[in-house]
Amino acid sequence: MKTLTLAWRYLWSRPLGAALNLLLLSLGLASIAFLVLVGHQLNKAFERDLAGIDLVVGAKGSPMQLILSGVFHIDVPPGNIPLQAVKALEKHPMVASIIPISLGDNYQGFRIVGTSHAYPAHYQATLAQGSLWNAPMQVVLGATAARQLGLALGSSFVGSHGLGAGGHAHGENPYVVTGLLAPSGSVLDRLILTDTASVWKVHEDYTAVDADDRAVMEDERELTLALVRYKTPMAAVSLPRYVNTSTEMQAAAPALEITRLLSMLGIGTDVLRAFAGVLLLTAGLSVFIALWSAVRERRADLALLRMLGAPPGKIAVLLLTEALWLGVLASVLGVALGQGMAALIGWMLSLDNSLLIGGLVWPPGLGVVPALALGVSLAAAALPALGAYRVRVFELLQSR
Amino acid sequence: MIQTRALTYRYASGPHLMFPDVDVAQGAVLLLTGPSGCGKSTWLALAAGLATPASGEMTVAEQRLGALNNIAADAWRARTIGFLPQKLHLSAALNVQQNLALAQWACGQPEDPVRIGAALTALGVQDLARRKPSQLSGGQAQRVALARAVLMQPRVILADEPTASLDDASAAAAVGLLLETARRDGATLVIATHDARVAALIPRGNNGQSGFQPLNLLPNQL
Repeated sequence: MKTLTLAWRYLWSRPLGAALNLLLLSLGLASIAFLVLVGHQLNKAFERDLAGIDLVVGAKGSPMQLILSGVFHIDVPPGNIPLQAVKALEKHPMVASIIPISLGDNYQGFRIVGTSHAYPAHYQATLAQGSLWNAPMQVVLGATAARQLGLALGSSFVGSHGLGAGGHAHGENPYVVTGLLAPSGSVLDRLILTDTASVWKVHEDYTAVDADDRAVMEDERELTLALVRYKTPMAAVSLPRYVNTSTEMQAAAPALEITRLLSMLGIGTDVLRAFAGVLLLTAGLSVFIALWSAVRERRADLALLRMLGAPPGKIAVLLLTEALWLGVLASVLGVALGQGMAALIGWMLSLDNSLLIGGLVWPPGLGVVPALALGVSLAAAALPALGAYRVRVFELLQSR
Repeated sequence: MIQTRALTYRYASGPHLMFPDVDVAQGAVLLLTGPSGCGKSTWLALAAGLATPASGEMTVAEQRLGALNNIAADAWRARTIGFLPQKLHLSAALNVQQNLALAQWACGQPEDPVRIGAALTALGVQDLARRKPSQLSGGQAQRVALARAVLMQPRVILADEPTASLDDASAAAAVGLLLETARRDGATLVIATHDARVAALIPRGNNGQSGFQPLNLLPNQL
């Protein structure tokens, strides 16, 4: 019989206590695993979607709202900005490039984004089928959107007004699918891309009452926001101030806003982490009490093992192995529960076509879970193991 | 097989015991008797290499015990001593076969089902291998504990109060089993007891040929 087998049998000789300790330890570890998984995926999503975007320019309002709506597409934009103002900004000597973004419609909850070919190129998206749009009212679907909407090349659909489902349909202007993007892991996966002119056409056709009215609207065309890339790092100092003070637009620096967002999220994360810490501490104490009682209950049995020839170290290792089993089982359960919780949150967010978070992700940081599990179990077992190490055979000879 | 000379033991707080000298031949039976507190358990602990004498010498199976360090004493005990405690201490978490395997684990040997089967068969409890200790009668449990004690074919069997709280018939069966097992394996048997019935249960041959040797310990020898 191996020490691992023997420790396993001893562990489950008190099934209720072992199961409760396991549950307690697993819950604490699951919370940690969940935090690691969500934190890792959020960071990755932020890094991926923000890459190469130095400044977001949009209507005045909340800068964070601008970033969330314009880059991550998880909030409504604060308003629109004149196309002429964006064109003027594009000519600014410190601006390298601008990607226009026009929002306003959706199809079954997936945002229809009016933009230019520069937008998919920015995320290095590749086409799985078909081609990019060449004219207004042609669309290219992100991989997730295509899968969930069940649309194929050549399919047509009618967008609805607003950014969430439930708006009135623009029945007179159907879109035609000309391309499907391969999965990129970026925000594009859950968007429907089209030419900026499509968005203008849909709304001008819907609201213009006559040709004169349409002419006025064409002169006053708007965008929702623009994603700006600096020509020089020096632009970070002066361009946002220029936009905020000299134009009717607002400039928001993604890096600053995301740092602010993460620090706000950080409070919640800290609370959750503290909660997980308390759970782990409780679990550690519970394991300690269980093993301590086991040593007390089995004092004579352990002494008998000494009488049978087992060295003290071997008996201490037996106790430590029992705790190790708990740690290993709790690691597996904790990671599985954490992945399950992340998958559940991902599923709930996917109902809103929001951030891409899910289970079955294995960031290196997840290694903290088994490390914590083994650390807590072995620390909890240290004193009981010392007790087992010091057990005296006289206990056996005197246990009558 | 067992030889003591001027053996004494000093408790950290308590009496200082002095034991009479003994010479026990291989295959003989040593009966340690005396009232509670006279040092029977201490003598067993000394013989098993688990306690260190204050003075004097004890040699068991040609090994002078004072010459062994703790690690060597553990290894020596594993291959030399079989121990039958009064309270049997069969692990409730393990079945009979696994309880015997515990003796092999303690010695650092792999589980040997053939040897375990043979030990159980020799004591007539081979059919109980899969049972848990809670499913055994008192007599069956004692046989299993004895099988565990002799599994590693020890040269010395130490039995601590094997008849305590047994009725006459059960006490006779327990002592008979010990004698038979020791005889079969050629082991020296040491029985520590305050039960006056045990001496009468050990048969004497002509002129003490059975090797029976009583040793009555007196409390607080010094």
